[in-house]
Amino acid sequence: MALADATAFPYGLRVLVVDDDPTWLKILEKMLRKCSYEVTTCGLASVALQILRERRNKFDIVISDVNMPDMDGFKLLEHIGLEMDLPVIMMSIDGETSRVMKGVQHGACDYLLKPVRMKELRNIWQHVYRKKMHEVKEIEGNDFCDDLQIFRNGCEGLEERGLFMRADSDTMRKRKDVDKDNTDQDSSDGATVKKARVVWSVDLHQKFVNAVNQIGFDKVGPKKILDLMNVPGLTRENVASHLQKYRLYLSRLQKQNEERIMGAARQDFSHKGPSDNLNLRNSFQEQPGNGANGFQHSSQKIQAQSNMLDPHLEDTKIVVPLKVPDKNRTPVSDVIDPQNVTSASPLGGVLSFERMPLNQDRKPSETMILECQSWSGSVPPKQFMQYPKHNHERCDLLGDYSCLPKPDLEHPITPGHLYAPPPLVSMSCSMEGDVRDFSDVKPDLLGCMKSLSPALTCTVDSVSAQLSDSVVTSTNIDQKFSSVEGLSSGKDCHFDQARNQAPLLTSEEASTICGTDLACLPDDLSGYQLGLNGIDLFQCNDAMMLHGLQNNWYDDPELSSEIMEFPLLDGCLFA
Amino acid sequence: MDYSNLRRQAASMKKSLFDQGYLDEQFCQVEDLQDEASPNFAEEVVTLFFKDSARLISNIEQALEKYPKDFNKWDAYMQQLKGSCSSIGASRMKSECMSFRDYCGQGNIEGCMKSFQKVKREHGVLRQKLEAYFQLLRQAGPAGAATRPAM
Repeated sequence: MALADATAFPYGLRVLVVDDDPTWLKILEKMLRKCSYEVTTCGLASVALQILRERRNKFDIVISDVNMPDMDGFKLLEHIGLEMDLPVIMMSIDGETSRVMKGVQHGACDYLLKPVRMKELRNIWQHVYRKKMHEVKEIEGNDFCDDLQIFRNGCEGLEERGLFMRADSDTMRKRKDVDKDNTDQDSSDGATVKKARVVWSVDLHQKFVNAVNQIGFDKVGPKKILDLMNVPGLTRENVASHLQKYRLYLSRLQKQNEERIMGAARQDFSHKGPSDNLNLRNSFQEQPGNGANGFQHSSQKIQAQSNMLDPHLEDTKIVVPLKVPDKNRTPVSDVIDPQNVTSASPLGGVLSFERMPLNQDRKPSETMILECQSWSGSVPPKQFMQYPKHNHERCDLLGDYSCLPKPDLEHPITPGHLYAPPPLVSMSCSMEGDVRDFSDVKPDLLGCMKSLSPALTCTVDSVSAQLSDSVVTSTNIDQKFSSVEGLSSGKDCHFDQARNQAPLLTSEEASTICGTDLACLPDDLSGYQLGLNGIDLFQCNDAMMLHGLQNNWYDDPELSSEIMEFPLLDGCLFA
Repeated sequence: MDYSNLRRQAASMKKSLFDQGYLDEQFCQVEDLQDEASPNFAEEVVTLFFKDSARLISNIEQALEKYPKDFNKWDAYMQQLKGSCSSIGASRMKSECMSFRDYCGQGNIEGCMKSFQKVKREHGVLRQKLEAYFQLLRQAGPAGAATRPAM
């Protein structure tokens, strides 16, 4: 491998160039050769993919044009990220911020504008080098890998739980299974420190996809897939990681399609098809610091915390406004309480969200779920989950920022932000469904976003809501976000009811989070994405409830805002 | 004929191409890539460009007929041509491509058609001029001579 010989590097860097324009291809090839790189050119994205699959590990980096007739450059990027995990540089003639943003979101490690200059190409080795560096670090830093694993397990548990709930069957039993699963892993973490890197060959990926299809996309869990795939040596982690990638991939595809439908302006709007109840999907994505070595979290700790949380949950259920007969719906899991996260880790922000999963599988929340099912009648709660991101590549990580800011932001986020001391937490919330409800949700989000401290970056990715009832108040959204705000400001972090009705749950722990050292983002870009998707928005149709709210968005003139204004939301996130 | 004289002619021709906006800096970049390993690199690239851009132009021509008023399609095709223009720094042609795309954005069919004719014209003119330029260079002797001071 070219990297083996440190003195020679970056000479001989193996570059695959993909461009449908033969003239550019010729020029790029020449330029790269002049940089002493080993160049392979290719005029079609599909062919490029084929080459990459056939000659696995024969390339260090890919440079691809964005506009290609046979396959969108972004799609190629997805495939490469998913299958071979190579750094990919995108290029195009247009430097439209939205396009560049899209490239970065899809995992491009760089985005060059044509005409591309020699000096830019000469420098591309850095992406390869950076990646290698992180891989090495990843192996060396297995101490924190342990922690991460614990951390991940929690989330995976969440995932499964969520899926089970979605399946609406046997929640209890499966929950136990999951718990068992988690403890198993926790105990074995010490031994299985180094996570072997699995190369997802086409075959393996196909097996994976088959397994997913067999199980049904709604019900998949890493373990099930693993069992079905029956590949020796493959671990649950590997599968989980891949599953997550796969989900992200699918969701991006979906998003893309939707974008096409909704029009160019609405880039991040993901209006997820058929969902029969209101769903608030929050996903907090964070780029952990130095290999996330701040994960001093033990699952026990989390447990303890969530136990603390439990009574509180009970409380929230009992509290007044919710208790409206019939129509009222319980918060399903609107109970992420960042303040409960006591982990004194640099990743406090993340960890706080991690708690979420744990809440869910504690007893009270379980009952809540059940209740919710009955309360909401024909509308079963659904939960959407996302996996924590496992793979530690920068590109992928960036790819995970599915909810990065729009180009026209006042303070667009630049890659540099990722390395800035305060962690970038992006939060995306998506409620599914009806257009009408977007406007309901939006104003409040706006309000609370504005108040977010700069340390915290929140993107409301998409909000959609669909309810059987005409009045939908997604009060939770507001408060959830405000809890985030609290996170960064070091003040009380309340979530929904917690804020209104359960002041007991205040800031003791919140401060810990904020006090945590967030400065170690720079080098290690291993990303963890926390799926907070389990937060089912609690639906209430009760007018009383509205009055109880601090921000009653029905008073907000913005109410009338339509979808098209939605991007505004993002605009305010960084204000 | 005197080689240095030919070289001078080539240089002044190139300068006028720049002055009249036919070419931009990218063309120099391409010329700079020329070396012993590929002494005719610039000419090869330019030849390739004209071959490919002719194909793209005929694509656009077909699209204009086949998909009337399908501005998105037109735009996409023109985008390709524009990208191609940027490769050799054919700046006048490129800016005409851009105005075509602007007309697409406005839904101005007439503008598109006019603009497309201009693109074709620019393409033809540039081809002629560059062919003459490379011919001069070839006559002037060994490759790269035009960019080096006369011995």
